[in-house]
Amino acid sequence: MIKAENIFKSFEGTEVLKGISMEFHPGKTNLIIGRSGAGKTVFLKILVGLIEPSSGKVWYDDVDFFTLNKKQIREIRMKVGMLFQGSALFDSMTVEENVRFPLDMFSKDTLGERKKRVNWCLERVGLTGANDKFPSEISGGMQKRVGIARAIVMEPKYLFCDEPNSGLDPRTALTIDELIQDITYDQNMTTIINTHDMNSVMEIGDNIAYLHLGQLAWTGSKDEVLTSENELLQGFIFASPFLQRLRSAALKEE
Amino acid sequence: MYWKETMRQMEDIGIGSLVIVALISVFMGAVAAVQFSYQLDGTLVPRWYIGYIVRDLAIIESAPTITCLVLAGKVGSNMAAELGGMRQKEHIDAMEIMGVNTAAYLILPKIIAALFVIPLLVTLSAYIAIGGGYLSTVPVGTLSADEYDRGLRAFFLPFNVTMMYVKAVVFSFILTTVPCFQGYFVTGGNIELGKASTNAVVFSNILILLADYLLAVLLTG
Repeated sequence: MIKAENIFKSFEGTEVLKGISMEFHPGKTNLIIGRSGAGKTVFLKILVGLIEPSSGKVWYDDVDFFTLNKKQIREIRMKVGMLFQGSALFDSMTVEENVRFPLDMFSKDTLGERKKRVNWCLERVGLTGANDKFPSEISGGMQKRVGIARAIVMEPKYLFCDEPNSGLDPRTALTIDELIQDITYDQNMTTIINTHDMNSVMEIGDNIAYLHLGQLAWTGSKDEVLTSENELLQGFIFASPFLQRLRSAALKEE
Repeated sequence: MYWKETMRQMEDIGIGSLVIVALISVFMGAVAAVQFSYQLDGTLVPRWYIGYIVRDLAIIESAPTITCLVLAGKVGSNMAAELGGMRQKEHIDAMEIMGVNTAAYLILPKIIAALFVIPLLVTLSAYIAIGGGYLSTVPVGTLSADEYDRGLRAFFLPFNVTMMYVKAVVFSFILTTVPCFQGYFVTGGNIELGKASTNAVVFSNILILLADYLLAVLLTG
């Protein structure tokens, strides 16, 4: 479990996060949604420990992350996987080398065992046989899948995804969403996804947190989104007239 | 992984800079020989002094200093751009999250590789500069091969070679740490990355020249 406790963050006098508290449980896909500038990325970076909050605490199970020393932080990070918005694959390395990188750095397994693990991960994300390709030789969707394979190669307890669907077509985005959800359920991970994608919200949002101007404006599940009376949430999720009509039709059907 | 990265950096810095170092060195030696022969023409200074001047100029000053100034431009800007690009593309964040000590993994191999490889390049540069001096004077008849050889063997001080290596090591450290700092801590977009790359070269060059002066004072005082 990951718990954020009263997180505040300011940059040069501008308050970006204003006292956010929430919990993220294992075996669930936890979504953080909100408009651009709502503070989602800053919040995710605080959760993963890349940015220190101005005040507040982040707990990994019963450990207060920002009180740890470097060695203890490294131990926690061994249990963390992250998929970046731009995939963050190393251009000079092949797909296999990218996925194997964390193992090469930290695993004491033999090269054969490491390769076996990489092949399992690539198979898990549907990229069997792509080992020798370079990131520049594969599509954006495949790059995301390689990013997921790299994120899960160390069998993490916690998975963070920053805009996993940005730049992908709806079909590929759905595939990535399903993959993340399957992995979360299979491995009982605590998964936190930062997204703009409304399909993701409606498909895989076990727990959804809506941030508005640096504050937590709404929490609930994908089933509650449709019926919620929260105007800020409805204004964000069903922003276009087309989506508003869809919502009205869905509510009538219910 | 650290060893592999150090080897990669050694290849990048060493093999990747061979041609440019060879080119500037041969011309440095050639120009020095031609200009000194012009200046010494009609004086009482014997012509074989040209070999002596080219040798000491190469060993004491041009090989370590000019080579490192050029490497600061080539290698330094490359390092700043590489690290800055990695920062912008979230590669460094990705490594941090994996638990990698990014400063140790990305910067230390560059420094170690430079400290080993650049003194070798400087040695090569000194030899090539001396060869350049020979090519620009002996074949055209400015002086004979024996005269040039006599100059090369005259008044040789082994300490000058020590001075060359001290300079090479100090300059190597400067021309890797400054660009790494500029690239590693870059924030913003492509304009900032360009500025970081430029600053890396400018600051490295200034520090190399300053260090050159301080070392000259300290080592010859």
